Amino acid sequence: MNMILNEEQRLLKETAHGFLQSHAPVAAMRKLRDDRDTLGYSAELWRQLVELGIASIVLPEEYGGLDFGFLGLGAVLEEMGRNLTASPLFSSVVLGASALELGGSEQQRQEIFPQLVEGKLSLALAIDEQQHHQPLATAVKLQIEGDALRITGSKVFVQDGHSADKLLVVTRSSGKPGDRQGISLVLVDRETAGIEVTRTHMMDGRNAAKITFNDVEITPEQLVGPINQGMDILQPVLDRGAICMAAEMLGGIQEVFDRTIEYLKEREQFDVKIGSFQALQHRAAIMYCKIEQCRSAVLDALAALDNHSTDVSLKASQAKALVNDCYILVSNEAVQMHGGMGITDELDIGLYLKRARVSVQIMGDSLYHRDRYASLLGY
Amino acid sequence: MSTLEQFRQQTRAWLEANCPDSQRQPIVKEEQIWGGRRRTFPSADAKLWFERMRDRGWTAPEWPSEYGGGGLNPEQAQILQEEMQALGCRPPLYEIGLWMFGPALLKFGTEAQKAEHIPKIVRGEIRWSQGYSEPAAGSDLAGLKTRAEDKGDHFLVNGTKIWTTQADKADWIFCLVRTDPNAPKQEGISFLLIDMETRGVSTSPIQLISGESEFCQTFFDDVVVPKENLVGEFNQGWTVAKELLKHERKLMSIMGAMAEREEEDLRHLAKRYIGVDEQGKIRDPILRDRVTRHLMQSGADALTNKRLYQLLEQGQAEPNLPLIMKYVSTTEVQRKDELLLAILGNRGLSWHDDEFSDGEKRTVQNWAYNKAHTIAGGTSEIQLNIIAKRVLQLPG
Ligand SMILES: Cc1cc2nc3c(=O)[nH]c(=O)nc-3n(C[C@H](O)[C@H](O)[C@H](O)COP(=O)(O)OP(=O)(O)OC[C@H]3O[C@@H](n4cnc5c(N)ncnc54)[C@H](O)[C@@H]3O)c2cc1C
Repeated sequence: MNMILNEEQRLLKETAHGFLQSHAPVAAMRKLRDDRDTLGYSAELWRQLVELGIASIVLPEEYGGLDFGFLGLGAVLEEMGRNLTASPLFSSVVLGASALELGGSEQQRQEIFPQLVEGKLSLALAIDEQQHHQPLATAVKLQIEGDALRITGSKVFVQDGHSADKLLVVTRSSGKPGDRQGISLVLVDRETAGIEVTRTHMMDGRNAAKITFNDVEITPEQLVGPINQGMDILQPVLDRGAICMAAEMLGGIQEVFDRTIEYLKEREQFDVKIGSFQALQHRAAIMYCKIEQCRSAVLDALAALDNHSTDVSLKASQAKALVNDCYILVSNEAVQMHGGMGITDELDIGLYLKRARVSVQIMGDSLYHRDRYASLLGY
Repeated sequence: MSTLEQFRQQTRAWLEANCPDSQRQPIVKEEQIWGGRRRTFPSADAKLWFERMRDRGWTAPEWPSEYGGGGLNPEQAQILQEEMQALGCRPPLYEIGLWMFGPALLKFGTEAQKAEHIPKIVRGEIRWSQGYSEPAAGSDLAGLKTRAEDKGDHFLVNGTKIWTTQADKADWIFCLVRTDPNAPKQEGISFLLIDMETRGVSTSPIQLISGESEFCQTFFDDVVVPKENLVGEFNQGWTVAKELLKHERKLMSIMGAMAEREEEDLRHLAKRYIGVDEQGKIRDPILRDRVTRHLMQSGADALTNKRLYQLLEQGQAEPNLPLIMKYVSTTEVQRKDELLLAILGNRGLSWHDDEFSDGEKRTVQNWAYNKAHTIAGGTSEIQLNIIAKRVLQLPG
């Protein structure tokens, strides 16, 4: 798979880089956190990103999208990861729009995509129910009696779930938790009667929501894809999610690493720069190696999405597991190598440390992905 | 059709017609063909395959055809390699001269030196050995002491080299020698070529933990070396040495990458030796996780190699990436070896006893042998020093 950005993709990356640095530096994230901003991201910034076409990068052209591909989107997400930029891009476009693109009815797409392209509407995917990402464990019930469908149960850790206009909810319509069969995807307005949304303030300053469905009534038109076959749609959506989240994380890793290397060149102890100590040099060099390996895995996985490869799931798990572990390592080392400064809130390093832990859990931690990888390969 | 595509088709057709079936099987160590005056062939097919490739210059595909090389450009050479891989063709020739010395000589040698030595490497007629390390100069290679005194019409060499791979089988050795003991370390070194048959050269094999003895200590006792055997400028041997080391590290990372892939599928071995649960998963979840970690990691190494190649292909210079490859691939090979031993349990503890299968024995022997990967061609620690200084530009 080609892992090298082409001219257009490079240009997009540079544009995103310049724009985010001036409009959405880490300080902006810090302010959102300190203000406990109700939305959790800057609506103004999102409007500007939408104007730049960021929301439409992977949407199909026939609905006003740019169909520019995942390598391009990944480049933008990486820049967002560098700046810790909060935006609904991941929840709304990567997860939400993908679900509709892969499983939605023509009517659903006609209704929603043009609004997404214009930034007038946002989506969220409600999937996790327990401490860990485990899609097959879905238990939230979808009861079907003729044309009357009802949802009961609770979802947690729904990214941007408190602010999204519409929710894609992963439900169980038959079978028992653990079964692949019997999962159904539905689309509901967040403000539907019976839906209770509680915002969760996460340690990275961003939002997730706990969402409870109290016997929420919906119509068959709100189903996304065929009933009981939801996993067929969900699987590729989650693969896209894991790969794109890994791309965002890669940006965070690179930034916190770069800042640490700068510090090693600046800080003096024992009358020399601390970067001259071999114990630190070797740890830094090992991190560099791991980051480059992660970069290869992420680029390859993004390219696999663009090429509709048959082994996307394997590549997604490989990328997410490697990046998860790398972000934990690099953010820990960053704190350690900054000494006492590393554990102050004044320094941004801690923000990356926290974002690392939150993003590790989004779309599955390393244990989940290694287990999935092994199962996919049949051992 | 593009000319490259045409080249691919012609190459494939030629390989299909000319590579005997027996030479399309995975190669085992005993059947590798090493060059040299004393070269032998394990079979008539092997000889035929070697000669056919040699006559096309495809033992050294990218070297200039005036010296017997294939004269291919990098894209063509890549295609040849891909097509050979696709058919499973064995490498026709194994030679240190081919991998390391030749490229350096092509860059720094005089016309006469190239005309003398390059064709013999391509044709597998001369086998080379590397005389860099000394008992007291390993990682700190520039601390070497083997002396070459300028005696007017010749050099007189005295000293000893160690870890000289296969020196007892080699015909010639390229050596780093001290020509100015008073100059700063790296500035008093010259690069000399010495015929192993010269009087005063002797070797003594060293037994390794893998039971093999492919290393020697090589001694030089008043060895007379003609002046024309100096490569590069007098006292400027370090420049040649560095160029050669670049090729050596590249070779080491390729070998590492190959060894990462070589094994009988780790997953199947684990299933067989550890057992599976009712879902077909490796019974021990921790071991299953270790297998996955390895597969992901070596997958990422292979992808990084591929990315590096793609960058070069598109003319995007990437000076940093090659510097990590030796460290990452050799480290991962050893992790794999340890994992294999864990999988084999007490079946992975011998390479002497007939009680054990060939596969088991080979695994154990490789485990011991591969310990060398993180040492040869610059140790892992030295690689990390280089990454820290050159890539990350850390001080000191
Ligand atoms: C398979 C194999 C083939 C070889 N073939 C050849 C050959 O054909 N010709 C030849 O000339 N040589 C050859 N060598 C020798 C090889 O180049 C040396 O072994 C290598 O450079 C290390 O030197 P040393 O063995 O003296 O170890 P030392 O340099 O003594 O190293 C001992 C330990 O100290 C560490 N160390 C040393 N310096 C530093 C530092 N600055 N920072 C941190 N740690 C440090 C090392 O990493 C190592 O862990 C071969 C070696 C092997 C294993």
